[in-house]
Amino acid sequence: MKTIKDINTTITPQPLVDDKFTKSGGLWQDTFKRLKKNNIAVFGAIIIGILFFCAIFAPFLAPHDPENGILKDRQQPPSEKYLLGTDSQGRDVLSRIIHGAGISVQIGVISVGIALLFGTTLGVLSGYYGRWIDVGIMRLVDIMLAFPTILLALAIVTILGPSLKNAMIAVGIVNIPRFARIVRASVLSVKETEYVEASKAIGCTDVQIIFRHVLPNCLAPIIVQATLTIGTAILEAAGLSFLGLGAQPPMPEWGAMLADSRGYLRQAPWSVMYPGLAIMLTVLGFNLLGDGLRDALDPRLKE
Amino acid sequence: MVNYILKRLLMLIPVLIGVSLLAFSIIHMIPGDPARIILGERANEASILALQEKLGLNEPLYIQFLNFLKNILSGDLGTSIITNEKVTYELLISFAATLELTIVAMIIAVVVGIAAGTIAAVKQYSIFDNLSMVGALVGVSMPIFWLGLLMIWAFAYKLGWFPPSGRLDVAINVPRITHLLLFDSLLAGNLNAFKNILWHLFMPSFALATIPMAIIARMTRSSMLEVMRQDYIRTARAKGLPENIVVFKHAIKNAFLPVITVIGLQFGILLGGAVMTETVFSYPGLGRRLYLAIMARDYPVVQGGILLISFCFVLVNLLVDLTYNYIDPRIKLE
Repeated sequence: MKTIKDINTTITPQPLVDDKFTKSGGLWQDTFKRLKKNNIAVFGAIIIGILFFCAIFAPFLAPHDPENGILKDRQQPPSEKYLLGTDSQGRDVLSRIIHGAGISVQIGVISVGIALLFGTTLGVLSGYYGRWIDVGIMRLVDIMLAFPTILLALAIVTILGPSLKNAMIAVGIVNIPRFARIVRASVLSVKETEYVEASKAIGCTDVQIIFRHVLPNCLAPIIVQATLTIGTAILEAAGLSFLGLGAQPPMPEWGAMLADSRGYLRQAPWSVMYPGLAIMLTVLGFNLLGDGLRDALDPRLKE
Repeated sequence: MVNYILKRLLMLIPVLIGVSLLAFSIIHMIPGDPARIILGERANEASILALQEKLGLNEPLYIQFLNFLKNILSGDLGTSIITNEKVTYELLISFAATLELTIVAMIIAVVVGIAAGTIAAVKQYSIFDNLSMVGALVGVSMPIFWLGLLMIWAFAYKLGWFPPSGRLDVAINVPRITHLLLFDSLLAGNLNAFKNILWHLFMPSFALATIPMAIIARMTRSSMLEVMRQDYIRTARAKGLPENIVVFKHAIKNAFLPVITVIGLQFGILLGGAVMTETVFSYPGLGRRLYLAIMARDYPVVQGGILLISFCFVLVNLLVDLTYNYIDPRIKLE
C-alpha cells in the first residue's frame, strides 16, 4: 500500500527534461546507453549473441557430425561423450542443436526481411499517399489479418509445397500486415511534421522526402517490431517444420528435430527436450531484446 | 447502435469476399492439374476426367468462383475426397471439439492471467510481480508443441495422471447431440463420462492456455498500473477506503477495457490456431482436421476449413469491438 510519503513524491512536479539525458549523444547513442542499463534486455542480447556465435562457428563447435549418426549409439542418454544424448538414429543432439542455430538465424533474417521489405513499402505507400491507395492497401491488410497467422502460413505452404524455403516465404508473408500497419501509423504522424512540410516547400520530390525524411524518422518502431518478429518468425517456422511442412529431414532444424524425435518421447525424452529448449530460449532472447529496445527508444513509455 | 452494427456488418462483406477468393484460389494456385495431384501419378485418365467434372474444374474460372460463392451461401462446401463425407458436417463436428477445448482453455487463461496480472500490479516490484512477469515472458516465447510434448512425457508417461491423447476413452459412450461432449455427457446424466472428458481436456487446454494466459497477465498488469496512478484512485484512498475496495471496485473495472479486447482477440486466434496443440495431443478438433486435410491434399476440406475459421475470426473480432463500445460508452460509434 502506498503511504502518504509516496503519494507526495508522485505529485512533485517533474523537471521537463531529465537531467540524465540533457547531455544527449543523439538518438542511437542514448538508446544504447539506456539499453545497457536494462539487465533483462542485456540478458536477451547475450542469448542472441550465443545464437549467432553458434551459427557462425558451428562446424568448429559441434563435437559430432550433425547429420550422420552412429546407429549403435542410438537413444543414448546424456553422457560425457554425448552431452545432450543421441536421437533415434544415433545423432548427437548437441551437435544438431548447434548446427540448427544457423538455420534459425537464416529463418529469422530471411522471413523478417520479406515482411519488412513488403510491409514497409505498403505502409509507406498507404500512409504517405493516402486516399484510394490507402483504402486499397488497408483492405488487403484486413483480409490477411482475417486469418490466424499459423493457418495462413499453412495455406501458403500448401500452395507452394513443403520445404524450408517455402516455410520462410510463408512466415514472411503472414508477418507483412503487422509491418504495414506500424509503418503506416508512423508515416501518418511524421508526414504532418514541419520539416516534411519544409522539404515539400523547397521542392523535394516525393522519393527524396520518403527516403531522407520520412523513413529515417519511422525507424525506431520498425526496428522494435523487426526484433520481436524475428522471435515469432523462428517460432512459426519451427511449428511448420514440426508439422512436416518446413525443413525436411535430415536437416538439423529445431522444429524438424522435434518432429523426428516425437515418436521416441518415452525412450529418448532428451532428444525432445533440448531442441525445444533451444527454440524457447532463442525466442525469449528476441522478445527480451525487443521489449528492451522499445523502452530504450521511447523512454516515455516506461512510466 | 443498430446503425453502427449494420455498418460494421456491411464493411465485413469485402473482407469475406476476399477471404472466399483466397480459399477458392488455393486449389487453382497449385502448379499443375488439381485432379491429377489429388489422385496421384498413377491415376488413369477416366478417373481424372471424372474428378475434374466433379470439382467443376472444366468451367471458366469466374463461373467456378460464382458457383463456389453460391454453394457457400447455401452451406454446401462439397464432399471430402478422402472420407466422402459432407465437408460442412465434418467441419462442424470438429469445430465443436475445438470450441470445447478453446472455452476451457480461455477460462484457465482468463482466471489465472487476470489474477496474476492484478496481484503483480498491486504488489509492483515484489517477488510475485517479478516471478509472474518472467513467467509471462517465458509463456509468450513458448513453442506450444514442445510444451505439449513435455506435458505428455511428464504427466502421461512418467506420472500417469492424464491420458496422452484423444477426447474420451473408447470404452465410454456418450450420445452425441451437440458434439460438445461435456454438455452431451451432462445431458445424458453420465457423470463418469463427464469426468473422463475433463480428464482428457486437462493437458491440451492447459497447453493451449499458456500464450493467452501470459498475454492477459501482462496486459492486466500494465493496465492496472496505469489506472492505479489516476487521480480518482488517490481520491478513493484519501477518503479512507480500504485498499481491497480501491482495487476491486475502483481500479479493476476501469483496467478491464484493454484486457477484454485482448481476451476476445485471443479467443478468435485459439478457435483457428489450435493446430499445434490438437496435433500434439491427437485431439480431433478443427485444427487437426485441417492439418490432416492439407497433408492428404483433401482440397474441399482445406477450403472449407479456411473459410470457417476466418469467418469465425472476423466475427469474434467484430463482437470484441461491439463489446468494447458497450462497456465503455465514452467511445464514439463511428
